[in-house]
Amino acid sequence: MRAVITVLGKDMVGILAKVSGTCAQANANVIEVTQSVLQEFFAMVMLIDVSEMNCDLAELRENLGKNAEGMTIHVMHENIFNSMHRI
Amino acid sequence: MLNMSDIMETITMIQEENLDIRTITMGISLLDCCDSDAKASCAKVYGKICRCAENLVRTGDEIESKYGIPIINKRIAVTPVAMLAGASGGDPLDYAVVLERAAAEVGVNFIGGFSALVHKGFSPGDKDLINRIPEALAGTERVCASVNVGSTKSGINMDAVAMMGKVIKRAAELTADRHCVGAAKLVVFCNAPEDNPFMAGAFHGLGEPDCVLNVGVSGPGVVRAALAKAGCGKDLTQVAEIIKRTAFKITRMGQMVGVEASERLGVPFGIVDLSLAPTPAIGDSVAYILEEIGLETCGAQGSTAALALLNDAVKKGGVMASSSVGGLSGAFIPVSEDAGMIKAAASGALTLEKLEAMTAVCSVGLDMVAVPGDTHEDVLSAMIADEAAIGMINNKTTAVRVIPAIGKKAGDMLEFGGLLGSGPVMKVSEKSPSRFIARGGRIPAPIQSLRN
Repeated sequence: MRAVITVLGKDMVGILAKVSGTCAQANANVIEVTQSVLQEFFAMVMLIDVSEMNCDLAELRENLGKNAEGMTIHVMHENIFNSMHRI
Repeated sequence: MLNMSDIMETITMIQEENLDIRTITMGISLLDCCDSDAKASCAKVYGKICRCAENLVRTGDEIESKYGIPIINKRIAVTPVAMLAGASGGDPLDYAVVLERAAAEVGVNFIGGFSALVHKGFSPGDKDLINRIPEALAGTERVCASVNVGSTKSGINMDAVAMMGKVIKRAAELTADRHCVGAAKLVVFCNAPEDNPFMAGAFHGLGEPDCVLNVGVSGPGVVRAALAKAGCGKDLTQVAEIIKRTAFKITRMGQMVGVEASERLGVPFGIVDLSLAPTPAIGDSVAYILEEIGLETCGAQGSTAALALLNDAVKKGGVMASSSVGGLSGAFIPVSEDAGMIKAAASGALTLEKLEAMTAVCSVGLDMVAVPGDTHEDVLSAMIADEAAIGMINNKTTAVRVIPAIGKKAGDMLEFGGLLGSGPVMKVSEKSPSRFIARGGRIPAPIQSLRN
């Protein structure tokens, strides 16, 4: 079972560390990261394995929000993307 | 790996273009709640609804959290109550009260099925129920009523049509202090679908399983944004293709949510109703799609053609994406719930006559239309008859949800608030159809009903 974390916002030091740190705390394994910075705008998509996670997605979302304040963060199960974009 | 642009597209659809699952609606059969004693029947109804829908709201919230997709409404549709009232006798109002209590207990915001199917005639319970609709809607918050007065197979029951004009008027009068909201919870149908998850017209048809889950998806904002992005260089064939592709994606999401919800709840999955259901939110408007296609304003000449293209493309895109598409599926054009329609009607660009023409090619009919409070009940009946005739002849569902705005006249605004929005009171022809309505009887089924 995998989920997608997206992080958008103004670039600053340590965003990736904060997000991946929060994932580690939740025992969610990071599988893949795509990240780009355009001028000052930071965008990251992270694929994580949530099958061994020690909390649910809502809690992870809340913790990410707290730890990476000021960023727009979404945590969504990967099936929504698969169903919409793959036949 | 998932494609980054696909991921961002989905997130933009949800965050900025108002994509959502409009409703997951549980259909519950109440046929096994019939009892010759009305009190016992009501008790069984309460018990069954609470049992079946116990986890509906929680499940909806869990799925919303898992996928990050808003599920706006959780609702219930039940067997038309007139059948129970016919078997048990007693005052149908008792059933409305028990439906309200059950809906409050399980936490849904609407429960549909205070309904009667009288397209060919009245059976015991039907007339009693119809006469009590105004009180039922005034005395409850969550209960929705619908009456099917016609079908392609059976024609139009004009006695029922005559009754409904009076019922709508009275429903508005009894709730005059609450923006006539009673009439906004009442739909008069021709060719009513049995698996429609959208309120106020949802009921659980007789051919349906004991308990079933139907999903209604929405997304006018997504379609409009896709067209805006494509620009005005595309011809109408390409426009239809863009709408189809967008509708496909939206429906796939609805299908996924529906299947997961039905698995979690342990009830069969019914249908996805792919309807572009607008809300008063900016951008979430069917009228703005028509304007994006190229009309100066909704209601201009060309509106019917543009809407026909939209309605058809939505269905074609959706039908591939779901194991079963049903309900109303198409584009809704409720006046008060759509920012673009409100603007067009308020400015006079959209008249009731043009709106009626548009209902011939949209998925429902005259929806959330406010008319002057002193509109004669026979005029309301005649509006229903006109709309039912469009549905009967064209083999399609048509509905009338018209709100006589008590104490207001054409040009005033009727404010409902919330999802129901606000409606400009539209001008209605005051010429009298009373002699026509007073004749009663039945408009016979059209020749196209003989298809065997």
